[in-house]
Amino acid sequence: MNVFSVIRCGCGCVSVDMTGTPAHSLEPPPAPPSPASELSAAIVAIARQNDRAAFARLFGHFAPRVKSYLMRLGVPPAQAEDLAQDTMLAVWNKAALYDPQRAEAATWVFTIARNLRIDALRRERHPEVSDEVLADTPDGAPGADTLVADGRRERALRAALATLPADQAEVVRLSFFADLAHPAIAERLRLPLGTVKSRLRLAMGKIRKALGDDEP
Amino acid sequence: MTPKHHPSDAMLVAYGAGSLGEALSLAVAAHLALCPVCRRAVADIDALGGVLLDELPPRPLEDDALARTLARIDAAPDRPAHGHNHGHTDGHATCGGPWPAPLAPYVGPAAETRWQRLAPGVRRISLLPRSRHGGTAQLLRIAPGTTLPHHGHGSLELTLVLSGSFADEFGRYAPGDIAEADAATRHQPIADTDQDCVCLIATDAPLRFTSLVSRLFQPLFGM
Repeated sequence: MNVFSVIRCGCGCVSVDMTGTPAHSLEPPPAPPSPASELSAAIVAIARQNDRAAFARLFGHFAPRVKSYLMRLGVPPAQAEDLAQDTMLAVWNKAALYDPQRAEAATWVFTIARNLRIDALRRERHPEVSDEVLADTPDGAPGADTLVADGRRERALRAALATLPADQAEVVRLSFFADLAHPAIAERLRLPLGTVKSRLRLAMGKIRKALGDDEP
Repeated sequence: MTPKHHPSDAMLVAYGAGSLGEALSLAVAAHLALCPVCRRAVADIDALGGVLLDELPPRPLEDDALARTLARIDAAPDRPAHGHNHGHTDGHATCGGPWPAPLAPYVGPAAETRWQRLAPGVRRISLLPRSRHGGTAQLLRIAPGTTLPHHGHGSLELTLVLSGSFADEFGRYAPGDIAEADAATRHQPIADTDQDCVCLIATDAPLRFTSLVSRLFQPLFGM
């Protein structure tokens, strides 16, 4: 497969160096034998066949990571354990809603864990656009479906994340793992709000560029 | 039509990461229902969350965690019905109902009878009077030509136009557009067309009016 034909360098750069890599793109490394598509298939197998072996594989991969996510957010270990199990129970119950063309397994599990965490810790809801509305209104991103399903979006994201400057990576991680919105991040880091906002804007610009989503 | 004014990347990241309060998240979600550009941005941010989750060092669960979860699955063998999370989705697709879908369950039925007069030319329906973290969400219905008091923001405020339009120092906002204000912003919105402007205003803390006259308004607005 020629990856250069599908992952564009967002700046329009076409120069290619001796290794075949555009000079300053966020080209993902060659695909490792990734279990990502197997995890995705496991959720589908639960939806179709109540596949308990598939569920055990998902549990083995995700439950310890969800527990880790919650503990990083300051949830005590016993409650993190319970919420991780609740998250996996929700994975079983909601499996029929999972669309492998719209979200990677990890993306989907993340949103479930995030929402359970908000519900349990803040006693708040996380308002969202329902899947029905999304299904009625295709977003029209060319090729987005295969981009997700064959793991390219995930690989491009990993590569983009790995190359973010430290100050941008820091505000991204504080957003996800410290339960801080940008004004609270500014307070924590003793930075002007505008600086935090611009770091997040730059980080998302790079991520969109890596995903080819930077065109209006 | 795709909106012209969008939430900042910082606001979208906070929404996707789950670090935004419910009131502001409601305004973002209602905008998403109307804005394919921001839906795509949030899909990317969710995927970023997935990658960050996947890269975390695993924390082992109790030895019997899987067995206990399977036992819970067996205890309730029939999966819950799928799809309708709050029973309010029917008739509220992106443009079908009077409110964007995420907003509908918060507004509830018979909204027309629940507008309360707040000040001359301004009526209100309170949606989230005061969440645990001090945020508020309310619908305002502003008569043509009405100018809201000049106000600054102790923290974050999102205004989503649902019908009509308004203008402030930064531009003109039509249905679907979102105006974002924070500690660095002071603005004085004015409803600028010949019909009422209905908008959703969400904050993560009470608004702070800046002039003496405006301070007199503050108890009226209760924001």
